[in-house]
Amino acid sequence: MRTWLRIFFVGGLISFRALFSWIRPSVYIPTLLLGPTTQILFFAYLGRTAHLKSDSWFVVGNAVQSASLAALFGMGFAIDGERWTQTLSAVLATPADRAALFLGRALPVLVNAAITASTGFLGGALLLGFRTSWSSVPGLALLLVVASFACTGLGMLIGALGLRLRDVPIIANLTMAVLLIFCGVNVPLDKLPGWMHATAEGLPVTHAIAAARRVADGASLGSVRTPLLVELAIGAAYLAAGFVLLRVFEQQGRRHGTLDRA
Amino acid sequence: MRTVGLVWSGFRMNLKMLGTSSFFLLTSVVQPVIFATVAFYMFRSGGRSGTLLYASLGAGMMGVWSTTLFGSGGMIQWQRWQGTLELGAAAPPPLTLVYLPFSLANAFTGMYAMAATLVWGWVVFGVPLHLVHPWQFVLALAATVLALGLMGLVLASTFILYRYANALSNLLEYPVWIASGLVFSTSLLPAWTRPISWLLPPYWGILAIRHAALGGEVWGPLGLVVALGAGSLLLSTVTFRFFEKAARARATLSLT
Repeated sequence: MRTWLRIFFVGGLISFRALFSWIRPSVYIPTLLLGPTTQILFFAYLGRTAHLKSDSWFVVGNAVQSASLAALFGMGFAIDGERWTQTLSAVLATPADRAALFLGRALPVLVNAAITASTGFLGGALLLGFRTSWSSVPGLALLLVVASFACTGLGMLIGALGLRLRDVPIIANLTMAVLLIFCGVNVPLDKLPGWMHATAEGLPVTHAIAAARRVADGASLGSVRTPLLVELAIGAAYLAAGFVLLRVFEQQGRRHGTLDRA
Repeated sequence: MRTVGLVWSGFRMNLKMLGTSSFFLLTSVVQPVIFATVAFYMFRSGGRSGTLLYASLGAGMMGVWSTTLFGSGGMIQWQRWQGTLELGAAAPPPLTLVYLPFSLANAFTGMYAMAATLVWGWVVFGVPLHLVHPWQFVLALAATVLALGLMGLVLASTFILYRYANALSNLLEYPVWIASGLVFSTSLLPAWTRPISWLLPPYWGILAIRHAALGGEVWGPLGLVVALGAGSLLLSTVTFRFFEKAARARATLSLT
């Protein structure tokens, strides 16, 4: 158990530092910390033009959705990056428990995604006058973590595809776009066609955004228990699917000697 | 004549290279269609269906800017990775001329964005493709794409000394969409942002394109697009020379 925890916590942190060693403040700040705020500003102004919803509605939606930026790209690169650095075979040759190995890599990504998303709220407060009661802040923080978890789960699935496909960043980009259109980030779900609405029910951030909007409006965390649990379940399902796919592709890669070739 | 040949062959070669890049396909075709879709639903949900062509044109221009931006941000970096930056810098023509065709090809690829959003809007959302001044529309689009390409050249020159140009590219995408008022009026923005908008070719470009498509005065904004494009070319000549000289003096062209 100690070994499992060591691989999970220490291994996860070391691999994150190694794989993302190229991230400097000059990259991190413009891309991950300022990016969500610029996205929020854009959609809030677009929303004003379309006479759709208040600025706060767009702040919450886009801030929560921005967790997907760090989670999808981060998780994708956490696995695909091993191939770039030519360490994938070495990592997969170890007898380490695969759950500890891959879930440990997911934890720093999840934390980073939550931090990224929280800057959106900060930017919205500074530039668009977004306000919520202090009592709502812990609930919003929890929902951000849950949304980040769900996005990290989806990121695990994308990362697994990285063992078979070459263009993980493209897949991550397209997935982010799907979340942007389908999940009620900028368009109310009831205004989307039925099939899009139905698809959104099974995607990360949909339920977290709905819950976060209610909490930001003053609802208690208990009153959004159902969407919160659904978001958690969706994240767990994607994480499990990603993990299973990783194992399948790893075994196929070993059998065919194609781990380093996608 | 040799200059024209250099620009033409560089333009063609880079266009072919971009044509094989799935990233550019994403930026120039898929991403604008996605943003157009979001904008269509937003306008439609807000009861403003009459403005869908307005949204379509704006989303197309967003794609032109993204392609130019990422192309310019990556241009120097990709040359660096491929080990051809030094060859370009050592070649007899000025560096501006070496990279001008690359920048123009990036912007030209961005035109796919306009085509993609217009066709997407027409096919999926029934956005009418009736243009009030079709020829002026073509002229405005061509001039805007050219000006954006030249603006991209200025950006590319500043990236010679900056290893993480791609990060700056990420940061500049939304702010220029906002400041240029591509899908909403800049009158919504704080007054202090106005001068920034006036300095951006996409601001005048979308005005010219919009007026040509929906009606309005085209030649004024079009003239400013051309003037800003020419200004960008002049500026890039100076900045390329300055940054190249600095990189040579410090032996930091490869930044390794």
